[in-house]
Amino acid sequence: MNVKFNTGVEVPMKSENRLRKRLKLISNNYQLYLFLLPTIVFFAIFAYWPMYGVIIAFKDFSVTKGIMGSPWAGFEHFERFFHSYNFKELISNTLGLSVLGLIVTFPLPIILALSLNQVTNLNFKKFVQTTVYAPFFISTVVLSGMILVFLSPTGIINQLIVHLGGHDPILFMSKPEYFKATYILSDVWQGTGFSAIVYLAALAGVNPEIHEAAIVDGATKWQRILNVDLPSIMPTAIILLILAVGNIMGVGFEKAYLLQTPTNLPSSEIISTYVYKVGLKQSQYSFSAAVGLFNSVINLILLLSVNKAAKKLSSTSLF
Amino acid sequence: MSGGQTKSALRSRKDLRFDIINYAILTIIAIIVIYPLYFVLIASVSDPSTVLNGEMWIFPKGLTFEGYSRILHEGSIWLGYKNTILYTTVGTTINVVLTVLAGYALSRNDLYGRNVIMVFLLITMFFSGGLIPTYLVVKKLHLVNTMWALILPKAVSLFNVIIARSFFQESIPKELLEQAKIDGCSDITFFARIVVPLSKAIIAVLALFYAVGYWNSFFDALIYLGDDSKYPLQLILRNILVVQNELASQFVTDVQSAEVQQRVASLLKYGVIVVASAPLLIIYPFVQRFFVKGVMIGSVKG
Repeated sequence: MNVKFNTGVEVPMKSENRLRKRLKLISNNYQLYLFLLPTIVFFAIFAYWPMYGVIIAFKDFSVTKGIMGSPWAGFEHFERFFHSYNFKELISNTLGLSVLGLIVTFPLPIILALSLNQVTNLNFKKFVQTTVYAPFFISTVVLSGMILVFLSPTGIINQLIVHLGGHDPILFMSKPEYFKATYILSDVWQGTGFSAIVYLAALAGVNPEIHEAAIVDGATKWQRILNVDLPSIMPTAIILLILAVGNIMGVGFEKAYLLQTPTNLPSSEIISTYVYKVGLKQSQYSFSAAVGLFNSVINLILLLSVNKAAKKLSSTSLF
Repeated sequence: MSGGQTKSALRSRKDLRFDIINYAILTIIAIIVIYPLYFVLIASVSDPSTVLNGEMWIFPKGLTFEGYSRILHEGSIWLGYKNTILYTTVGTTINVVLTVLAGYALSRNDLYGRNVIMVFLLITMFFSGGLIPTYLVVKKLHLVNTMWALILPKAVSLFNVIIARSFFQESIPKELLEQAKIDGCSDITFFARIVVPLSKAIIAVLALFYAVGYWNSFFDALIYLGDDSKYPLQLILRNILVVQNELASQFVTDVQSAEVQQRVASLLKYGVIVVASAPLLIIYPFVQRFFVKGVMIGSVKG
């Protein structure tokens, strides 16, 4: 058909052909787009719509006026937050809890996986694995309930303390100084086993020939862990570290909220619990949306900078 | 020659020492992890005063089932159970269907515009509206105080879509699709007849991930539900375990003395922990391999 036309009209014909080809590709696969439709609608409604809704952080939002009708407030809410009496406390509690938590909880799954990987008795290995994964399936509510029961003045921990040293029971939950340790150590108990799975998977992928060569060279198990296993799981560890740092301001709401008591608030009030209380309990929508936005911007900056640093230092990165 | 032998003997001695320490440490870790759970279990059937006085450590003392018999007669716990089972079933079904469909479509490299769609989805991993704007959307859609407020805002998890996509890319051979197309098979028929039967493993993994999430979640119920009769189990538990004895003392109003009341409340706490956690803890060792598989698929492409 194209033969009839001279070269002058061939160019638009070509792009028309391409368009037709695309349309054909799309119409051939229209059912695949149907597959995707609910998911795209979901993200449009429950991810993109709230993103648009973030502009209430710059407005004096009232439910009756709606997002568009509410008057602009500029950075007023942000300024109010920065100057509020508990700004420093919130930031230091959030950062303190997450940075300390990361330092403590990050290396432990790696160590556990390296150690489990050396176990040759498969029954013992399976038993330990099944045991250490178990706490992962406990809900945060139950975990918090257990913490409250164990750490109560008559709880098992205080009984141990009294048994051993004869001290008076320690009021763990009402003293701010114990909050961080309680939070982080219970994280260790609950999450270490399950987090080790990823590393165990990476270790299973290590070429056994490298180990055999190392044995021939007279390497002990300990040396092989340090020089073969550890380097081979480093890329996995770096990716997980980037993700963890990118989430450093996103300390879980649930456990912090459940473990809060009126007297431990000076160390247990973190940004997410504050946003909930101010936003939903006191209905200061614009103000708490501003606090939330501030939080996610910091998070994004952290994620991007850690990703960049990791790229430079080790050539492993998320994107 | 003999030098090499002593070297390897030294090595195996060092390795043996390593093994002994390693097994010992792992045993201690396993005990530390399991003991709190075991303690809750035995405390739930022991005389509360032996627990409170520190007399019960390894075996139950003063066996009693009073806690469980009270729980058995406590309507709100069973209502919570019923609600949780309903939300978990409906929610997980929606989750799995949407995730598998989207994951499959995205795994096809003949899907025109696939990259644009992936970018559209991935952006949501890095930006989000946050709690308040999301709450306002749910409110605007009139979902507040309905079970859909717990389900629809969590209808799809992008992370799971990516897990499903990786699985389909690796385990559905292209030749199968080509052959089916030659035979005049549509995408829907191919998906239903060929892909789904080949993907039982990933469907199980996704269902487990989503179901555990629903079973254990309480935050959404806390912010979206106002009506006690709709409360899921975790919210009821929170009232018993965390909120200062409010409900626990409500449960035991028939008992007069404060001391007895405290005893019963403590029995009740251990009991509800067991009742609420038992289903997952009993099931998971049998499905553990699916979880492990899911984490592994996720980590390969994650």
